[in-house]
Formats: sequence, structure tokens, C-alpha cells
Amino acid sequence: MCSLTEAVKVTTDIDSLRSEIRDKSVRVIDVRREGDYKQDHIPNSVNLPLATLLSDDSPERVLKLVNSLGIDDETPVVVYDDTFGALASRVAWTLEWIGHSDVTLLETTFGNWKSLGLEIDSLTPEISNKEHSMNLQSNILATSDYLESAKLRDDVILIDNRERLNYLEQHIPGAVNLPYRTLSSNDGILRPKEDMKRLFDNRGISGDSEIITYCGSVGTLSGLAYYALKSTGIPNAKLYVRSFKEWKNLEKPTDKQADANYWDLSAE
Amino acid sequence: MSISKLTPSSSDSAKPKINWARVDEADNFANTVKLYRQGKYDEDSFRRFRLQHGAYGTRMTSDYAMVRVKLPAGEIYPKQFETLSRLSEQYSIGSAHFSTRENIQLHWVVLEDVSEIFRSLAEVGLTSREACGNSVRNVMCSPLSGVCSDEKFDSTPYALATAKFFLRNPMAQSLPRKFKFNFTCCEKHGMVRMVDVGLIPEIQQINGSEQKGFKIFLGGGLGNRSFIGHQLEDFTPEEDLLYTSIAVMRIFDRLGDRKNLARNRMRYLVNDMGWEKFQNLVLKERAIVRATQSVVTKLKVDTTPDKITRPLKISDESGSSVPDGYARWLKTNTMKQKQSEYYSVFITLEAGDITSNQLNSMATLIREFSSEGKARSGFVQNVALRYVHEDDLVKLYSKLLETGLAKSGGLTMTTPVGCSGTTSCNLALTNSHRLAKEIQRKFLELKLDEDEDLTDSSIKISGCPNSCAQHGIATIGFFGGGGRLGKDMYPNYQMSLGGRFDADTTLGQTCLRVPAKRVIPVILKIIEMFKENKQSGDTLKSWIHRIVNDSEDSNIKSVGDIKKVLEPIVVPPTKEDDPDFYLDYGSDTSYHTKTGKGECAA
Ligand code: HEM
Ligand code: SF4
Repeated sequence: MCSLTEAVKVTTDIDSLRSEIRDKSVRVIDVRREGDYKQDHIPNSVNLPLATLLSDDSPERVLKLVNSLGIDDETPVVVYDDTFGALASRVAWTLEWIGHSDVTLLETTFGNWKSLGLEIDSLTPEISNKEHSMNLQSNILATSDYLESAKLRDDVILIDNRERLNYLEQHIPGAVNLPYRTLSSNDGILRPKEDMKRLFDNRGISGDSEIITYCGSVGTLSGLAYYALKSTGIPNAKLYVRSFKEWKNLEKPTDKQADANYWDLSAE
Repeated sequence: MSISKLTPSSSDSAKPKINWARVDEADNFANTVKLYRQGKYDEDSFRRFRLQHGAYGTRMTSDYAMVRVKLPAGEIYPKQFETLSRLSEQYSIGSAHFSTRENIQLHWVVLEDVSEIFRSLAEVGLTSREACGNSVRNVMCSPLSGVCSDEKFDSTPYALATAKFFLRNPMAQSLPRKFKFNFTCCEKHGMVRMVDVGLIPEIQQINGSEQKGFKIFLGGGLGNRSFIGHQLEDFTPEEDLLYTSIAVMRIFDRLGDRKNLARNRMRYLVNDMGWEKFQNLVLKERAIVRATQSVVTKLKVDTTPDKITRPLKISDESGSSVPDGYARWLKTNTMKQKQSEYYSVFITLEAGDITSNQLNSMATLIREFSSEGKARSGFVQNVALRYVHEDDLVKLYSKLLETGLAKSGGLTMTTPVGCSGTTSCNLALTNSHRLAKEIQRKFLELKLDEDEDLTDSSIKISGCPNSCAQHGIATIGFFGGGGRLGKDMYPNYQMSLGGRFDADTTLGQTCLRVPAKRVIPVILKIIEMFKENKQSGDTLKSWIHRIVNDSEDSNIKSVGDIKKVLEPIVVPPTKEDDPDFYLDYGSDTSYHTKTGKGECAA
């Protein structure tokens, strides 16, 4: 079987990005805060702070933002952050969601880019508006209602990407825990593909299932997991983008690891 | 070009001498877990397999494991620290735990991730193989071996060679029960009488030349019933070290009780048989081993001395002012080495716990401050940086402050040992781990670490009678249980007094049961009694020893007298009067005892 697990390119490596920047054939999005961006950034990148996106991430608003960044349906987009790829993932996912198909993550963080001595710049490029179409990909989004019914199915795996202690304390019933740090390698925001595959394979996470990821609040850590899944060719991944914060606000049921004082083992 | 690569000497000069790992064990483990989950492996054989590879079960769940990484002879190198730091974040709770036996443990690991940990450990030469189960457990060595001024010679190479010899050795794969070796430097700093085989380096003049060897103690151990080891003979020459070890293990293998799990440590065999008979058997068996194995079997003792090179001076010399707390820390956390100008610096942890950031900074600290380029873990859930030049101590202290590792009292009674208790152990009845931390916080606040009368005493707390925290040899020891007033249960501890683990090793005497929330006031009361009755030159330890040996003639003459004074403190209030009394530390729901299946005997 497994025409299912076709490899998907989810990251752009440093060398490719450098030449794409030279060719001006790519739109690079820096999702850090405006102040950080103004100080220095990858040349020619545009700034879309995650907070700006999150202040209203309805499809209409997102479309406006995308247009204002000079992105149309054909523009290749590369996103980066300085937060191990999690914020970049959330932005990239949102682009995908409104129907942009050519979006990838820079394989490393801005901090690492800088420490490698690669080119940086503090100029803000002139951007002219473009027209992106709207083609909502509802299949990559999980809402709480959807999740509630889906998680009863045998072929659905729910992954919690928060840290272990938080998971032990409280999680959505039936979720398995895969802390976001597990997904990265020493110098990349995501493990090499074979490594990632082995990790998932050990956990029984495969393309045969539909996989839903969530994290603490806005779908960043779980956004990274969404791309980790895609990087191994898992075709059917969804992000529960409102994540555990919404779940708790809705007072839906939660589970915990009972009868153990695991917090007291922590040295924090 | 990379700027970060311009700073000098950050590459490690010291590399591990021995690679303990085998990568194929990671694949094998991953596959076995899969088979087990598919039901193709029965519960019992899987458990045995898991333990042999160093993964314990976890409290109330079969989904998680605890991975116990061995640090043979306690040695740990910078790259190993960095890997453990990453692993603790990726697969555990963002912290790791130094144990009392020179292991470092990762708790709450998803069983399916254990093989990923093995894989990363293998990259830096570490293994957890035979850290649990019925095997030769981590071979310990005193953290001061090589630097202790009382030692005859450095036993570290012998500890490493012994570990290497028995690891994966077919002879040691299914012993009746676990088997432990402790090497030490001198009488004072080891725990040689509380272990299956304890060894103190010794030198004898034989025909005018110096002969290296050991004093060997056999059949000691702590647990539900504890015994003190016996010395095999005056002197065991180094050539006989391996033969003796093999002989002892063969006898244990042959005669050890394989049926009765509660009594199958070698100490029970020694006790049942009687020491003299056991001793004779060992000597006879050794003669046979020597005769039959001498050609092929040899310990590979690598005694090439470590390179001692003081790390390059770190550039900025500005911060040469002495930070607050330095003198207190220097007094309670460092020891002068026999090598002049050098110190061993003990890092104070809370019940052995260390965050992933701190693990990372340990790697940097070693590179910047240790002239031997590695660290050594110790016997009390701690870790030491050795060969720190005296001129670098202030600077090191400043760095420790930055990473939250500068707490004082590391070598005093204010740093209690606490086993994992209800934080992760299946057999736990109380949260001994948190209690140890509570005591430490309170006692540091009271500055008890600065009180020289208390330095040589110890507090050790186990969460059940199994003694993982070695409470039996503590000056003040505790083990957990449940107490009850009417129908209400509260966490309770049995307290013992006067244990010790030096040349006069003895087990503490039972004093009385102390509710968890009364442990701190009770210890403070004991200190108060001591202060009222001490003689000049007394320490708490020496005073308590006179009492347990019936040779004290002040107001307090016996453990019974102490008990009388303490009794009013331990009377349980009703739940209405003091609801907090009925909660264990770290818990906000009413206390009840709950245990799962123990794996110590698996
Ligand atoms: C009946 C069962 C058990 C017995 C008799 C037992 C006995 C002991 C003893 C005597 C020690 C002290 C070290 C030494 O002997 O040198 C020890 C250490 C230890 N044991 Fe156990 N043990 C048992 C079960 C367990 C279990 C189920 C766990 C948790 C998974 C555990 C975790 C530890 C740890 C972590 C240490 C090192 C102490 C520390 O630093 O935390 N033990 N054990
Ligand atoms: S003493 Fe008891 S509670 Fe503590 S680790 Fe050992 S078995 Fe567990």
C-alpha cells in the first residue's frame, strides 16, 4: 500500500533560500515581533507578527493580510521565526488553510541563521498588493465539535504537543503526548525525515490514521507537529487550532494522570 | 564563518575512555515494545527484558517508564550532560534525577520513546543496560577517589574495569537478584559495608615491594531487612579482585534463593548460611576460578593517569568581586583535594533533581572549570566538579548563582536524600521526595548548614520500607507509611536514629512514628535537645551515637528518652482542627495509600 505516504516538502533549506532570495523568486515572512524585525531580518523578508494574525484570523482577514504581503496563488512562501519554528508553523498553516499551496518553513531559526553569519538586513522592502483567491481547506482544521466526534473513531489519533508535566496534569481524554521538543533536531526545527518517521512509527502514528494535533492555546506547538507529520508524508493531519484553551473554556471533559505527585520531581 | 567557533578551548579535551553503549539495543528494544503491544510478548518476559535494559515501570501506569542511565564509577562528561539535557526535555519532564547509586534517571518517559533515548545515549557512549533487573547494577566509586587525601590509591580504574567486565557478561544476565559493587577511596567516604561487594583500596608491603589490593566486604545491604557486610580477609591483592568477584557471584548464582523474592539478595544467603561458612565457600570457589580461568579472564585496568590541564582563562576578569553567600557555600560545598591548589566542588541539588538547563550549564562549567574535564556523581543524589583551581572558585560560584546551582549545604545535613516516593514509584506510600525538599528549604532558611555541629549528620527519607533512600544508615532516617485517626488517614513516617555508614557502620534504632507534617518540628526538637545536652566537641552525630550505644549520661540517655520528649509533637489533631495535617506534601486531596506492583525483584 502507501501511495498515501508521499513525501511532502515542508521545509526550505538555508542554501535554497539564499539563492531564492537572490532571484527574488520567493516571499519570505518573518513572524517575529515588529521591533525585532525592524532591528534585523533576512533580506527582503516581510513582517507578519503572529500576534497581528491572531488578533483576527478569520479567512477574510487572513486573505487581506496575504494580499497586502504581495502573495498571490503562485507565490512561493517561506516562513521563519526565532521560536523553534512553532510560530512560523502557525502562520504557514493559516496560509495553507485559506488555500495557498506553496508554503514552507525555513529549516532553522533566525537566531541560528544569524549565528551562522548569514546575510541580514534592516530594510523593509516595498511591497505591492496582490490578489490571492480564497479556497478554504477545511480538511486541515479541526474544531472542538469535530474533535469531539472524531476522537471516538478508531482511525483517529489525537496528539497533545505540550510538555510532559502539563499533559500529565490535564489533557483531552484519549490524547497521546508528544512534546514539541521531541520534533526538533540539534540544529533543525524538524528532525531529519527518517528520524521523524522512526519516532512516529514507534508510537504507532502512521498514514493509516487521521491525526489531530493540539497544544496549549493557539496552535503554535501543534502547528509545528502538523508540519512534522506532513514531513513524513502523513496525508491526513489536522490542527485543532483553538487547542486546549478553548477546550477548557467550553468545559469539555479532561483527563489526568492520577495518584502521582510528578510535579515534585521537577527541579523547577 | 561562524563567530561562535572563535572562542578557544570549548572543545572537550577529556573524552570518555569507555563506550558503554550498543546501538543495536535501541532497535531491539523498539521492536520488542511493538511485539509486546501487539500481545506477542507476555507481561513477565517483557518486564524482565525491559528491566535488563534499564527501564523501570512507573506509578499506576504501564504507559510510562523510568530510564536509569548508568554512570560507571560516577563519571560524566560534558557531551553526556548536553545529551541528557536534551533528552530530559524531549522525553521526560524537563528535569532529570541523580540517584544515590551514580545513575541519572529520566522519569515519566513514554515506553515507546525509550528506544529513542537509547539511540541518543549511544551517541555519547552511555547505556542503561543492566541498570535494573537481576544483574550487576551500576558499579560505584567514591566521588573523591583520586583526590582524597586518605586513600591508598585511586580505585576508579578498577571500578571501571569491573563494570566493563560484567556488563553484558553472560555470567551476570540472570542472577537470583540484583548485585551491587561499591568501590571507595577510604573508610570515611564510601559505603562499602552496605552493599553486596564493597572495596577499599589498600597497599601492603610484600617482600619489600608495594602490593596494591583491596579490603573486600561481602553480604551487606539495605532493604526491608538490612545487614552489614563482612570483611573477607585482611588483604586481597589486585590480581585476585576479579577472581573474588566471580567466585562470589558464582556462589550467589548457585545458592541464592530464586523463589522467595523478598529474601533473595545475597545478604540473606550470607545471613542464613552464617558468615564463616560463606567465607570458606568464597575462598574455595576463588581457588577454583583462579585455576580454571586465569588465562582468558583478566580485568582490563587502564591506569594511565588522566590529563590535568587547567582550562584556559576565561576572558573577562571584571567580576572578581566576591558575591554574597560565597563563604557559606565554600564551607559547606567544597573539599580540598590532596593535589595542592585544587578543590572538589559539590553541587547542591534538591533530592537529586536537576533541570535540563542546569544539565546544559554543567557541561559548560566542566569545560571552564574542571581541570580533569569531567564530573563525578556521588552517593547522595549529587554531582561534583573536581580539580577546580582555588583561584577559580569565586568565579565558579558566580556562574553557579546564574544557573540556580549555588545553594549551600551540599555536604551537610541540610541536603537530605529522598527517594522518588509518590512522584513516580509504584510502591510508595508517601511523598518522600517532596519532604526532602521541604526540609532542605526550611533548614537553609534557618541557616542550619552553617552550624558545624550538624555537618556530619545525615537525613534520609524513603517513601516505604524498601530503603531506596538508605534511611537505615542515616543519623535521622525516615520511611513512609500511613497513619490513621479514626477513619481518617494521614501520611506518616517511622523515624530511626543513629545509623551510620563509615567504619562503624550501624543501622539506626527505631524511635517513633512521625506524621509527615510534623517531621520538620521533630527534627528541630531533636537539635534543640542536642544543644541543651551536648558536651564540648560534640556533633549531633556523636551525641546521638552515645545515646544509641547507651553511653550517654545527661538527661537524655536513650532513644526512649528522646521519644518521650517528642511524643507530644506527634499527636494527631482531628481533621476538623487541622485539615492540612491529613494532606501529604504536594497534594491537595485527602491522603490514602495506594500502591501498584513493585519491580525491585523482577
Ligand atoms: C521491593 C522493592 C524495592 C527494594 C527492596 C528496593 C531497594 C532499594 C535499595 C536498598 C536502594 C538503595 C541503594 C542501594 O542499595 O545501594 C534502592 C535505590 C533506589 N531504588 Fe529501589 N527498591 C525497590 C523498588 C524500587 C522501585 C519500584 C523503584 C522505582 C521505580 C525504585 C527506585 C529506586 C531508586 C530511584 C533508587 C536510588 C535512590 C534515589 O536516588 O532515588 N526502587 N532501592
Ligand atoms: S523506598 Fe519505596 S517508595 Fe522509595 S523508591 Fe524505594 S520502593 Fe519506591
